[in-house]
Amino acid sequence: MEVLQLLLYGLILGSVIALGAIGVSLTFGILGFANFAHGDMMTMGAYFGLTLFTILALPMWIAFPIAILLAAALAVAIDQTLYKRLRGQAPVILLISSFGVALALRALVQIIWGPDTQLYVSGIQRTQAYFGLRIRPNQIVVLLGSVALMVALHLFLQHTRMGKAMRAMADNPDLARLCGIDTERVAIWTWIMGGGLAGAAGIFLGLDTRLHPEMGWTILLSVFAAAILGGIGKPYGAIVGGLVIGVISELSTLVMPAAYKPAVAFAILIAMLIVRPTGLFAGRST
Amino acid sequence: MEGLVAYGFFFLTLVGIYGLLALGLNVQWGYAGMLNIGVAAFFAVGAYTSAILTTAPSASHLGGFEMPVWIGLLAAMFMSGLLAIFVGLITLNLRSDYLAIASIGIAEIVRLVLTNEGWLTGGVRGLAAVPQPTSGRAPDWLAALVPAPDQFLYMLLVLLLLMIVYWANERAWRAPWGRALRGLRDNEAAARAMGKNALAFRLQAFTFGSMVMGLAGGAYAHFVGFISPEAFHPLYATFLVWAMLIVGGSGNNRGALVGAFVIWIIWSGSEFIITRLPEDFIARGAAVRVLLIGIVLQVVLLWRPRGLLPEQPPRPIENDRSISSPGRTRPR
Repeated sequence: MEVLQLLLYGLILGSVIALGAIGVSLTFGILGFANFAHGDMMTMGAYFGLTLFTILALPMWIAFPIAILLAAALAVAIDQTLYKRLRGQAPVILLISSFGVALALRALVQIIWGPDTQLYVSGIQRTQAYFGLRIRPNQIVVLLGSVALMVALHLFLQHTRMGKAMRAMADNPDLARLCGIDTERVAIWTWIMGGGLAGAAGIFLGLDTRLHPEMGWTILLSVFAAAILGGIGKPYGAIVGGLVIGVISELSTLVMPAAYKPAVAFAILIAMLIVRPTGLFAGRST
Repeated sequence: MEGLVAYGFFFLTLVGIYGLLALGLNVQWGYAGMLNIGVAAFFAVGAYTSAILTTAPSASHLGGFEMPVWIGLLAAMFMSGLLAIFVGLITLNLRSDYLAIASIGIAEIVRLVLTNEGWLTGGVRGLAAVPQPTSGRAPDWLAALVPAPDQFLYMLLVLLLLMIVYWANERAWRAPWGRALRGLRDNEAAARAMGKNALAFRLQAFTFGSMVMGLAGGAYAHFVGFISPEAFHPLYATFLVWAMLIVGGSGNNRGALVGAFVIWIIWSGSEFIITRLPEDFIARGAAVRVLLIGIVLQVVLLWRPRGLLPEQPPRPIENDRSISSPGRTRPR
């Protein structure tokens, strides 16, 4: 039973990681650089949600979608002011720039919302039991919200022109450009999707645990591991990767001190890089 | 006045330590194009190694070896180098952004170990009473000349280490070894075609740079006398060092030193201003300083991407002048 309980917690954590990893995988695959600011964009989304939900006292189902839109807008704004001007340079320059953005965003969170831990709903939530498994109401929101967002992403990627263009860019940027795909528009939509999903992942992480200025940076390694596990540029692979990392992280507490849980994602990442650097679903390696 | 001079020693010692870190990173990133976002890990391993080997026995952590400081510093370089070989063998054959991702993992794991393995490191309470090699060693005539003579001596020691590493870096830049690294950085296929073993060269550069970072860690531990995991937060080590190298000019050792000086002036100068503001602001002051450095980094990346002192092709080594002088060929 304990294993099943951990499996459930793993799926909850895994769906948060998966939402983050989709964004990393898309930006990595389409724009060609590992965005180190992705974790801190998650943090921003979580705190946007905090302001709308607790200070403006909007209901959850209005506050969180607005926060997700704000996170998407922030991602586009960062791209237009910084990354767009660096796009002609080597991808590693963009990576360094995003590392600077990561720290700047975290500093902004500390300046605006303060350095302390915060909660969406204060007080202890009563756990509910279904089939002998314990789950908190917040965690049900996380699970249902993640599934809804992943279905929406699937419909977007499969049934809209922009979704198809994004998949084409992720598969082969040069070929996509030759086919007359407007790469700048695809870039903007990539940031809208990546930023929005990062915002949602941050909100869900805040619901599952708590809000802290370093919450996004701490989970970034797991998010990268999930994106690489699933194959760079493969959004569906990122979902699988996220769930695998989440479940293994939680199950690892059976055999390891819980303090080393963050190291599990790293171990999986290293094993993956050695055995199969293109990811489970054969994404791009170069 | 005396306080100001003593502060100058303190300031220059820290600039020297960060200068060492920037020089180490310059070999990895500036010379060889390897993205190490885990500078903090190698810095911390160096600091803890040297501290554990040189401290007196203590109940709160492994220790009691009471070795001389110079052995501690050598061991610091050795342990950081060992960690670098381990990380490098796994990641250096992969594309450079995978190294960046793996290196934040290393930094995170090193921090987890420092925090959780109390028997080894003292955990969050840290490691106190790290010996300061120059304390009480200053001769009387020196004490009559300068205020804080112990600090003055330690500053000289750090600056001496800095000069040695600077010389080694400059020498490597002009040597065939540095040329091979630049070749691998700029055009790996061509360098491989010339018969250069990419992994071997990268591993050497990565290990050398990390050993310098370990040395900086040891120098830091013996300077402040107390170390805890909080001091090796990725922010302070990794981010500041990257800002220093990018602002100063990667690929240029003088640039790295200028960058260390400039960024440290901004970093400690802004602390000077913020601690004089009303108390409400102080708690958030550290974040304002990080934001400031972040903005400086972006401005430099956008408008002066090669830094204050851009990379220069090396001057030929004196002995090799004969190659270019007409009418003479070097015997083979």
